[in-house]
Amino acid sequence: MRKLSFSMATCEAMAEEMALDDKIFVMGEDLARQGGIFGQFKGLPEKFPGRVIDTPISETFIIGGGVGAALAGARPVVDMHFADFIGVCMDEIFNQMAKVRYMFGGQAKVPLVLRAPDGMTIQGAAQHSQAVEAWFCHIPGIQVVAPSNPEDAKAVLKAAIRSDNPVIYFENKILYKETAMVPEIADEVPYTIGKAKVRREGKDVTIVSYSIGMKNALGAAERLAKEGIEAEVIDLISLSPWDKEAVLTSVKKTHRLCIAHEAVKQGGFGAEIAATVAEEAIEYLDAPILRYGAPFCPIPFAPTLEKMVRVFPEDLVKGIKGMFE
Amino acid sequence: MKVSKEQALKFYETMCLIREFETSVKHDFLNGEIPGFVHLYIGEEAVATGICAALDDTDYIESTHRGHGHCIAKGADIDRMMAEIFGKKTGLCKGKGGSMHIADFSVGMLGANGVVGGGYNLAAGAALANKMILKNDRVSVVFFGDGASNRGTFHEAANVSSAWKLPTIFVNEMNQWASTTPYETTTAVKDISDRAKGYHMPAVIADGKNVFEVYAAAVEAVERARAGEGPTFIECKTFRVEGHFVGDPELYRTREYVKENAALNDPLTWFDRTMTRKNGYIDGVIEPQELEAVRAAAKEKIVKAKEFAMSSEYPDPDQYTADLYL
Repeated sequence: MRKLSFSMATCEAMAEEMALDDKIFVMGEDLARQGGIFGQFKGLPEKFPGRVIDTPISETFIIGGGVGAALAGARPVVDMHFADFIGVCMDEIFNQMAKVRYMFGGQAKVPLVLRAPDGMTIQGAAQHSQAVEAWFCHIPGIQVVAPSNPEDAKAVLKAAIRSDNPVIYFENKILYKETAMVPEIADEVPYTIGKAKVRREGKDVTIVSYSIGMKNALGAAERLAKEGIEAEVIDLISLSPWDKEAVLTSVKKTHRLCIAHEAVKQGGFGAEIAATVAEEAIEYLDAPILRYGAPFCPIPFAPTLEKMVRVFPEDLVKGIKGMFE
Repeated sequence: MKVSKEQALKFYETMCLIREFETSVKHDFLNGEIPGFVHLYIGEEAVATGICAALDDTDYIESTHRGHGHCIAKGADIDRMMAEIFGKKTGLCKGKGGSMHIADFSVGMLGANGVVGGGYNLAAGAALANKMILKNDRVSVVFFGDGASNRGTFHEAANVSSAWKLPTIFVNEMNQWASTTPYETTTAVKDISDRAKGYHMPAVIADGKNVFEVYAAAVEAVERARAGEGPTFIECKTFRVEGHFVGDPELYRTREYVKENAALNDPLTWFDRTMTRKNGYIDGVIEPQELEAVRAAAKEKIVKAKEFAMSSEYPDPDQYTADLYL
């Protein structure tokens, strides 16, 4: 165990996997000379010459080329620079990457990882700060993961690279600098895509989140504990597939559910969780489901405005306390 | 370029198989036996045939929504192709793809693409993987029409292919129609291959009814690609004889126009006429009865393919989520 940043944990996952399989390569913008704009590819170009490729600013090639490379038998990891740019290559994602295996009757496999740095940076504003994970959870044929800490960053990325399915790996830009103890695990992959983790056990309310949203969830849980409310906190980690059983089991125990994410609330992934619990466990609920996300608004630039679209732990604390009144 | 008589007959066989396949599909679609939409390759047979004859089984092609010809020319199993188009479980894609999403990976046919211009980047990516990561000499061909040449994806794939000298071959089927829109009303260049200059990519124009000319262009492009010298743009001047899809009322062009251009550009009548006389493509001639025998055999194969498709079953309903994830 050593202390590593989220960013370095992803580098370590890449390096370990690339050393094990020479069919793995990386391509994207600004990787070979810069190590990625957030340092999340640092050291790899030197360790693996010829296998870290700087592309032109051609997002349809980055994804479409990744799909083609996977069909030819390679195992590409491609980088989207900022998740906000993903719309440029949406066809390559939802009509090619997601569909080729299914529509060709299983003749193909697409072992591709799309790394997508997402979420609000300090005033990145409308086109550099978005959390777009929900769009991709609506597309059968791809998997979507969004780890919340350095240890998971490494384990989940290794699992994504070893998966023979296409995986979109959302990595939050603020989390990159987060540090924590990360085990050296080289050959093992201590994570299975689709599994959630209970970060904190509690009996009074279930808080479900993922990625940077876990900061609000755990922060709120700590404050609630001081007031005598024991929250159980679930980190989904994987959004498609998502661990429905983990959430239902917890809700059946706590009888209350709060969901929080950074993404826009309308049509956000929280809606899927809320709807599922309403469909399958409504009789267990002692209070209406609470759901937090950004208001229906692009991310503004000025700090006074940007603050208005963020979710804070206080929001969750206030709402959850209200459930007990 | 001269070829052996056997090779010429092989070309003819492939072209006849495509023509008979498409004729049969058209008939069965209009009869209501084939569901979905089908887009026919009639009139363009020499393009797929000439190009794929220059490839090995391990080379790749990316095809289009008008892809039956590419599939046959690359060597796909015709019975299983027909079954796929009928939506049967014995189809190449187990009935999950249909006409617009047909593929046979066992012969390097990486799939038709229902999205116009969707294949360029896949082909360039396969070329990149083969050259830079897997270190083999396989080449990737992407077929595309004049309509698809106006997609931005062409630019991205052409640029990287040329910048990195990838073994990608861009085969433009200049059939003069983008669905209902004549190419000249939306496109400034007369020859789509003019665009290759902007990528420092060698380009050649081939007469799309002349299978020998297409083949010669492909052989040269494949040699260049395998030698590490990068991509080639091959523009094949051809003509889309049928409507955009079977059942298209073709309100945008006259029957006379179609008849005249079909006759001028037909690869089979050109082949018949050219091969039965002294010509520059083979030593000697091919007798009319030899050609007739090839046509009859092709017809027979397609009749059998249809029987196979008709006698096959639809997929079991519980298979609808099979092959989604590994």
